[in-house]
Amino acid sequence: MYREFILDHYRNPRNFGSLRGATNSASVYNSLCGDSIQIQLRLKDDKVLDARFSGESCAIARSSGSLLTEYIKGKSKKKLINLNKAFMIKLIGIEISPVRLKCLLLPLEALRKAL
Amino acid sequence: MLNVPKIKIAFPLVKNNPDLVYLDSAATSLKPKTVIDKLVEYYEEYGVNIKRGVYKLSERATQEYEQSRRLVAEFIGAQSKDEIVFTRSATESLNLVAYGFGRAGISESDEIVVSIAEHHSNFVPWQVLAGETGAFFKVIDITDEGYLDLDLKNLDEIITKKTKILALSYVSNVLGTVFPIKKISEAAKKINPSIIIVIDAAQAVPHLPVKVQELGCDFLAFSGHKMLGPTGVGILWGRRELLNAMFPFQYGGEMIQKVAIEGTTFASLPDKFEAGTPAIADAIALKNALSYLKQFGLKNIYEHERKLLAYAKKLLKEEFKNKITIYGPPSIQDKGGILSFSFGKIHPHDVAAVLDGEGVCVRAGHHCTMPLHRRLGVAATTRASFYLYNNTSDIDRLATGLQKILSVFK
Repeated sequence: MYREFILDHYRNPRNFGSLRGATNSASVYNSLCGDSIQIQLRLKDDKVLDARFSGESCAIARSSGSLLTEYIKGKSKKKLINLNKAFMIKLIGIEISPVRLKCLLLPLEALRKAL
Repeated sequence: MLNVPKIKIAFPLVKNNPDLVYLDSAATSLKPKTVIDKLVEYYEEYGVNIKRGVYKLSERATQEYEQSRRLVAEFIGAQSKDEIVFTRSATESLNLVAYGFGRAGISESDEIVVSIAEHHSNFVPWQVLAGETGAFFKVIDITDEGYLDLDLKNLDEIITKKTKILALSYVSNVLGTVFPIKKISEAAKKINPSIIIVIDAAQAVPHLPVKVQELGCDFLAFSGHKMLGPTGVGILWGRRELLNAMFPFQYGGEMIQKVAIEGTTFASLPDKFEAGTPAIADAIALKNALSYLKQFGLKNIYEHERKLLAYAKKLLKEEFKNKITIYGPPSIQDKGGILSFSFGKIHPHDVAAVLDGEGVCVRAGHHCTMPLHRRLGVAATTRASFYLYNNTSDIDRLATGLQKILSVFK
C-alpha cells in the first residue's frame, strides 16, 4: 500500500495549505478515526481555478487530497460533481482495503460538499 | 507463571494463523477451543429455546443457560444469580441502567457525574439522559499522568447531595489506568448515601479479580466476548432492590408474568430484563470461558499482563526514545495490560496498517473515547493490548514492526 508514489504525496502534499480568495470551502470528518480534511476552492464561471486542502490525516487521506486537488484544477463543476469511488481508486492506483476506503474518499467528500 | 506456548495451542485461531501476533484483546479476545466446542454442543445436542419448553431438550438448554448465570454471579461475587442480567453487550447493560433507572429517578435538580476517560458507552447514555431530564452533567477531568483528577479527601468538590449517578470505568480502555473504584465508592457514599454508582468493568472483569460486594458499587457492566466468551452476550450486575425498582428495558416475551387487555405484570428478576429469545448458545458457552480463566486465576493473569506491559514499555522506550509517546500512568502498578501510544508524527492508521503487513494486529483510532483523545491533544492513538495468550516474543514482533514503519516513512 505504501508505495514510493504515495509516500511522496504524503511527504510533499501538493496544494496543501489555505487558499486566499476562496469562493467555496468545506470540512469533513472521519468518525472512525477522528481525522478531518478541509478543502478550499476558487471557482469562476463554474470552473475550478485553484484548490487547496489541509487537515490532520493519515497517509492515504493526505495522498488522496494531494492527487485530487491536482486533478480538479481547470475542471468544470459539472464534471467534478460526477467523480465517484471508482475514479478515486483509479486515481490513487493502489489496492485499498475496505477499512481504508473511507480515508481515500474523505477529500472527495469534502470536494462534493464544497461544490 | 503462565505457560503461554501451551495456552496459545488452546486457541484455534492462533493455530490457523501461526505467524499472527494478536494485540487487540481490549477490543475482543480470542476464543479457546472449549468455548467453540460448547457452542457446537448446544446447536448439535440441545439447540432449542429455553424456559417455555416442557420437553426434556428445552429443560436441558434452560439448565445450561441458568448454570452459566450462576457461574457469572460466582465469578464476580454477586449475592444471587437473580442479580445477573444477560444483555447483548456491556453497552446495552449501561443503556439498560440509564433507561430503566434514569427514567424513574432523575430530575432537573439532580447531577450526573462521569469522567472524561469514559468509553462512549458509559458517556453518551448519561449525557443524553442529562439532556432529556435537565439534570446537570458533570465530567471529571484526568491529570496529565492519566489518573482521575480528584482528591478523595475533598471529593465533595465533585460529588454532592444532588449527585444521583456516578458512572466510571474500572480500567480505562485507552490509558489502561485502574481507577480506585473501591475508595471512590466509599468516599462518594459518605457524602451522599443515596448516590448510585455505575461501573463499566468491560476492561476489568476479564483481567483482574473483581468482587462486586467489595467494590461498593450499585451496578457493574461487562461483556463476555472480551473474556474469551462468544460475542453477543453482555452482563449487567445490579443490586436486587434497585433492579426491582427499575423500569424494564424492553417489553415482550419472557419478561412478563401476566398479560391481559387491562394491563400487564412483569416477571421477577432477572427475567424482567430479558425480553425475547436471548443469545442462548453464547450465554451457555460463556461458562466455559469462565472455567478456562479460573484455572489460571485472575490474579495471575493480571500479573502476567503487567509483566508484559513493563517489558513492552522498557523495550519501546529504549528502541524509539522520544519518537514514541506512551499514554497513561508512568507506574505499571496502576495499570492493566493496555499500551496506547503515538509514534512520531505518523498517523495511527498508517502505524496499524504497516504493522498489519508485518502480521501484528493492533487498534488505531479514538477507541470510542473522543473526549479523552481531545483531552490528550491527539485525534487518534495506536493501542496494543495484552491477554493471557501473549508473551514477550509478541512484543518483540511489535517492536520489529515499528522499526519497519520508520524505514517506510523515513
